[in-house]
This record gives sequence, C-alpha cells and structure tokens, in this order.
Amino acid sequence: MTPELGQFALVLALCLALVQAVFPLIGSINRTPSWMALAQPLAWGQFVFLSLSFAALTYAFLTDDFSVLYVAQHGNTQLPIVYKISAVWGAHEGSLLLWVLILSGWMVAVASLARNLPPEMLARVLAVMGMISIGFLSFLLFTSNPFERLFPIPMEGGELNPLLQDFGLAIHPPMLYMGYVGLSVAFSFAIAALIGGKMDTAWARWSRPWTLIAWVFLTIGITLGSWWAYYELGWGGWWFWDPVENASFMPWLVATALVHSLAVTEKRGAFKRWTVLLALMGFSLSLLGTFLVRSGVLTSVHAFATDPARGLFILMFLCLVIGGSLVLYAWRAPSITPGGGFNMLSRETFLLGNNLLLIITTAFVLLGTLAPLLYDAMGWGKISVGFPWFTAMFVMFMPLMVVIMGAGPMTRWKNQDPKALLRSLSLPFAISVAAGLLVAMPFGTGSWSAGLAVGLSIWLLTTLLYGARKRFQNRSGISLIKDIAGRGSRSWYAMWIAHIGIAVFIIGVTFVTQFDIEKDIRMSPGQTYEMEGYTFRFDGVKAQTGPNYRTQFGTVRVFQDDREIAVLNPEKRTYTVQTNPMTEAGIDAGFLRDIYVSLGEPLGGGDWALRLYYKPFVRWIWLGGLLISLGGLLAASDPRYRSKVLARLRKPAIQPTLAAENHS
Amino acid sequence: MKTARKKRLILIGLMVTGVAAAVAFGLQAFNQNLMFFYSPSEVVAGDAPADTAFRVGGLVTNGSVARQSDGLTVQFDVTDNAEAITVQYTGILPDLFREGQGIVAHGKLRDDGMFVANEVLAKHDENYMAPEVAASLKQAHDTGVGKGMGTP
Repeated sequence: MTPELGQFALVLALCLALVQAVFPLIGSINRTPSWMALAQPLAWGQFVFLSLSFAALTYAFLTDDFSVLYVAQHGNTQLPIVYKISAVWGAHEGSLLLWVLILSGWMVAVASLARNLPPEMLARVLAVMGMISIGFLSFLLFTSNPFERLFPIPMEGGELNPLLQDFGLAIHPPMLYMGYVGLSVAFSFAIAALIGGKMDTAWARWSRPWTLIAWVFLTIGITLGSWWAYYELGWGGWWFWDPVENASFMPWLVATALVHSLAVTEKRGAFKRWTVLLALMGFSLSLLGTFLVRSGVLTSVHAFATDPARGLFILMFLCLVIGGSLVLYAWRAPSITPGGGFNMLSRETFLLGNNLLLIITTAFVLLGTLAPLLYDAMGWGKISVGFPWFTAMFVMFMPLMVVIMGAGPMTRWKNQDPKALLRSLSLPFAISVAAGLLVAMPFGTGSWSAGLAVGLSIWLLTTLLYGARKRFQNRSGISLIKDIAGRGSRSWYAMWIAHIGIAVFIIGVTFVTQFDIEKDIRMSPGQTYEMEGYTFRFDGVKAQTGPNYRTQFGTVRVFQDDREIAVLNPEKRTYTVQTNPMTEAGIDAGFLRDIYVSLGEPLGGGDWALRLYYKPFVRWIWLGGLLISLGGLLAASDPRYRSKVLARLRKPAIQPTLAAENHS
Repeated sequence: MKTARKKRLILIGLMVTGVAAAVAFGLQAFNQNLMFFYSPSEVVAGDAPADTAFRVGGLVTNGSVARQSDGLTVQFDVTDNAEAITVQYTGILPDLFREGQGIVAHGKLRDDGMFVANEVLAKHDENYMAPEVAASLKQAHDTGVGKGMGTP
C-alpha cells in the first residue's frame, strides 16, 4: 500500500508543479496578486508530497519490501540500516527522486527566505523552478518509476553495489545534488530577471547568496567524491577525469565564474549580461551532467543505467531548457543597460580575466568529455581522451589564473594606479620567485613543476597576507572583530579563506603528483620492504566474516627507525549477494603524507601481491576543498544578504521598474 | 572618450589573441592524446597502429590467464568471439578482472603480436560492459552468423 501512496504523492506533486509553472507567471505579467501568491503554498505542497513519496520509498527499503522492483534490485535484508537508507539514492530511480525532493527543498527555501523579494520577482522565480520540477517529475513518472511493483515477490533482494556501501558515498550524492539543483535557483533568478527585463545590483544581491550556497555544496560534493575515490577504489587516485567527474566539475567551474561575476554586478553594476549568461550556463551544465550520467552514453564506471528512452527524454529536456533560455536571452538581453565602466587596470579587468580562464577551461573539459560521443556519432572511430590531455589543459591555465588571483584582490575597483600596484606586488613577487627557485633547485626537490607550484602558492599567500596587513593597519582589537562580524567586509574574509584554500590545494596536487611513490610487489608473510625510510612488514592474510561479506583481512606493520608507527589492514572483501571482490585499502593518514597499502591477489603459499604507496601532502587536496567551502559559507552568511537589509534595498529598487514601465 | 574606446579595443584584442593561442595549443595537444579503440579482430587484421598506444577490449578467454614466475606479470587472451590476441600486463589487476569478463586494456602492440598493456580496466558493475566491447562482440557475432549462412 505505501508504495502506491508514494507514487500517488508523486502524481500530486506533478499536478502542483503544473499549476505553479503557469499561474504565478501569468499573474506576474498581468499583475494579479492572488495568482502570484499561489507560488509559495504550491512550493510547500510539492515539498510535502515529495517528502511523503521519499519517505514511502525509504520505508520500503527499511521493511525489505521486495514487491517493489527498485527495492528488490538494490535492497537486501542483511544490509546495515544506514546503507538501507542510503540505498534509496544508490541507483537511478531513487537518486532522481532525491533530485526532485531537493529541488522542492530549494523552492521552499526561496519561498520562505526570500519574502522580501518583489512579489512579481518571487512569483517568476518559483514559476521557473516549477517548470524544472515538471520536467524531472514527468521523467521520473514516465521513464523511471521507483515504485514499480514486481511479481512474483523474491525472498531476497539484489544488493546495493558494494562500492556504495560506504559512509563517504552515502552522503556524496546528496551533497552534489544540493549543488546541481541549487544552481537552478541562480538559473531561475536569471530567467525571472530576463522576463521582467530588469537587472540591477539588487538582483545580483538577491541571487548571490543562493548561488554561493549552491557552489559550496558543489565544492563539498566534489571534494567528498574525490576523497571517496581515494580510499575506496583502492588505487590511490583522487581524480580520474572520468566523464562523470567532469560532469560535476564543469558546473563547478562555471559556478565559480558566476560567483565572481556576481560580485562585480553587485558592487559595480557591470558584467550584467555576462552574469545572466553564466547563470544560464551553470544550470545547463548541471542538466548536461545529469544526461551524461543517467543515459549511460559514455564509457564510465558510474554508468549504472543504460536505457535509451531515458537518455532521449533528458536530451529533449536539455535542448528545451538550453534552447528556451538562450532564445529568451537573445530577445531580452539587449534591453539590459550596461553597467559602470572601468579602466584597463582595475579589479574588474582581473575578474574578467578570471572568468575568461574559467570558461576556457570549462570549454576544454567539455570538449574532452563529449569528443568520444562526437567521434562515435560521426563514425570517426571509438576514442577516449587521455588523462594527460586534461591535466595538460589544466596546467596550462592554472598558473595564469593564480597570478591573477594574487593581484586581483590588491587592485581597486574601476581604476588602479599602476605604480601603486607594482609597489605593493613587488615584495610578494620577489618572495614567491625566490621560494619557487629554492624548491626547484637540485638541493630542494629538483623538480621545476614543484618549484612553480610552490612559487604560485607563496604568491597567493604573500599577496593575501599583504592585503590582510593593510586591512589590519588601521584596525585593532574590537574594531577588527566588528569588521569580521559586520556587513560589507565579511566577503573580504571569505575571499581570503577560499583563496588560501586554493594555495593549499595547489601544494597538495603538485606534491602528490610529483613525489608519490607506487610499488607493486609480491610479499610472503614476515617479509619486509623498505620505501622512503619506512619499513613495511607483511604479516599475512586471514579469512574473516563481516555483517554481509566475507573478507581476506591482511595485516601490514609499518616501522620508521625501528619504531612501529602504524598497523594497516588492507582487505579484499566479497559481498555475499553480489559476489564481486572489493579492495579496502589500509591507510595511515598524516598531515604531510599518507601511507597506503592495498591487497592485490593471492599468489599461492600465503604470498600476496601488494600495492604500497607513499603519498606526500595528499590530504592538502581535500583540506583546500574544505577551506574553499568555508570561504563560500562565510560569504553567503554576510549580514548584508539578510532580509531586513534586503528589504531596505527593495524600496529604491522598485522605483526604476515602475519608471521603466511608465516609460514604455 | 576616444582613448577609453581605444583602451577597450586593446583589451578585447589581447583577450582574443590569448584565447586563440590557448585554443590552438589545446586542440593540437588534443589530437596527440586521442586513444582509439580496436577490437581483437581488427588487431589481428592489422588495422591497429604499430607504434602508438591504443585500447583493445573484449572478453577474457576462459583458461587463458597465466601468471609468470615473478608473480606480478600476467598474460591472458582477449577475444571478441571471432579472433583473440594475447595481452601482457605487469601489476595488480582490477578487482573485477576474471575469466569470461569484459575488459579494456590500454597499451601498445609489440612486434611479435603481443599487446603490452600499461592499464587494464574492468568495470565496477558486473552487469555493465564497456560500450565498445559490447559493440565489437555484436559485430563479430553478426559477421560470424553471415559467414555461417553463406557456407552450407
């Protein structure tokens, strides 16, 4: 009975979405307050019904209701409760249900937190989100119904893919979806602005915190995914340029550009059309990502659904969204007035450079991701684009980006005196070049890439420190705390933390790629092996049993200077239902280095193939990601985005619209 | 006014040049990094390049996996059910590698016809098969059926 209720709730949510997409929009155009006011209760209604539907599916998993096909495929009586819950979004149908649930969550958040938006703006934003909701709800109901029944009812379920039975991966998809779907808010704000034909700094101020929060979720989601891939896949990689990773990375790059461009639009009123275009692109790339992942068109470890009907549906939806929004843009954008001008040397120019580089990088990632599809479709052969190409593309643009990133915050808006800029940049420049050279010298590391990376990181650090010193010169003690807590300047501290995160990330990436050591060896019990001053002793493998798996439980003791520093337990698990073997790595994590051991295969006589890794600074990659997210959170929490402040902003913002309308 | 316009033109010119250079470099590097996929039949027929790396995929032939004495080097046959080639790989094979399973190997062809792989991929889902592998199996199957119908 509950599954039917769940499905019925989905149908009701779709009905509400249909009303929400049409009536508030019409109301906003012919100015009918009662129609506009429909948007908020409808958003809440969708949220309630989708929560019920999601609860119904979760209940089916918890009670092992194998009469539901999706539960029979992905649930199992022996699954621990946590993974019964995460199994709800462990495959296609359920993850889409989560997608729409999160979408309705964002709608409710907009409906209740953005009360101070002009009513017609709020009505339009929610109407556009309603349209997106229609698309995904009909996709769910017509091609991927999670509540489909199965007869005869099996005694035992299939099982959640063992790779997904892991805490990191249980929370990775929800985070990523929060980000993907969150970009729909920025998208809806942009579309609403295009419909209204009004675009001012107030618009940027409404849209910015939402974009920031979505971007933070995306950052956390990607960081979690990378961390998960590192410890779970068992070969110590943290990024593979896999199409599905790229699918999450492209919206992130565009959202990063958007976050910066919104700053210009808010502070200076410039880049308006560009900002709108970025908001449209960001969500379009989220949808493209969904298409790539869900249609199974690409060779990828993540492709767990291969169904052409689904692919076709998303492809059509994608064309509709991108095509529709671009037509609207082409029609309305010329009416957007240009904003404040700026000189060649100004913060605007640096931010423009940042945006340009981010978009070029996105374009290249897109090319590399879609090229295999294109070649196949054209009959040019079946190709894959090598990992080295993506890396080369990234390495080509990153250094320039970091140079800009260091100089940009030191530059004034609108116009900067070149001499003053040179004066303030000369010391950081000298320090970073010296540091880079030191590291690159044979007595340092002997690696030019490491030198470049350290130089760039030091450049970021020193320019940031210089900026901080300037800021603190005239402030001390209490006034400093006020400055951090107050409105207007919190975004500066947010930028500061996020950019430090980039410096940390660069160090991590470069050191781990330049100096990691990987060794595949055969070891007998009791045998030792030396690497990087560490002695690894293999103490054999024992068979053990876990809750829903059997395991070959290995023990490797690591010694440094005859002192035992770690006992690692790499495992080879075989899950009882899906009898795939799975590697669990043994990791000794450290701030400056990780030691990582994984089991290969038994070679007879108690001997095993083992893979030993020494990974310097690998934690810094995710530490950087955390700092970037923290910066984003701090920026989004700026008091200037609170409703009271925005309400004051609203009054002067209304006048120009009315004036414009009287004019026309 | 005029100088402001001139400056803007310079800025735009610089950006266009920069973007063009980046795109040219990127596309050139792109062409060098493409890896083509060949089925065992195509490799046996001599269609695969001799000196550049490519990918080959198919099913691991039952009973063909042989370990060398050093314990880490493995040889196995990969087939599309029409032809088979031998692949050599040193290192730890992925978890899902086993006989009868579809795999994709990256590497180069040696003069004696042995494919020396530097990477072997088996997919994480046991029901999932790389599209290239599935397509090449289907193609070999179709042509096989065609031959069968022609000979009786």
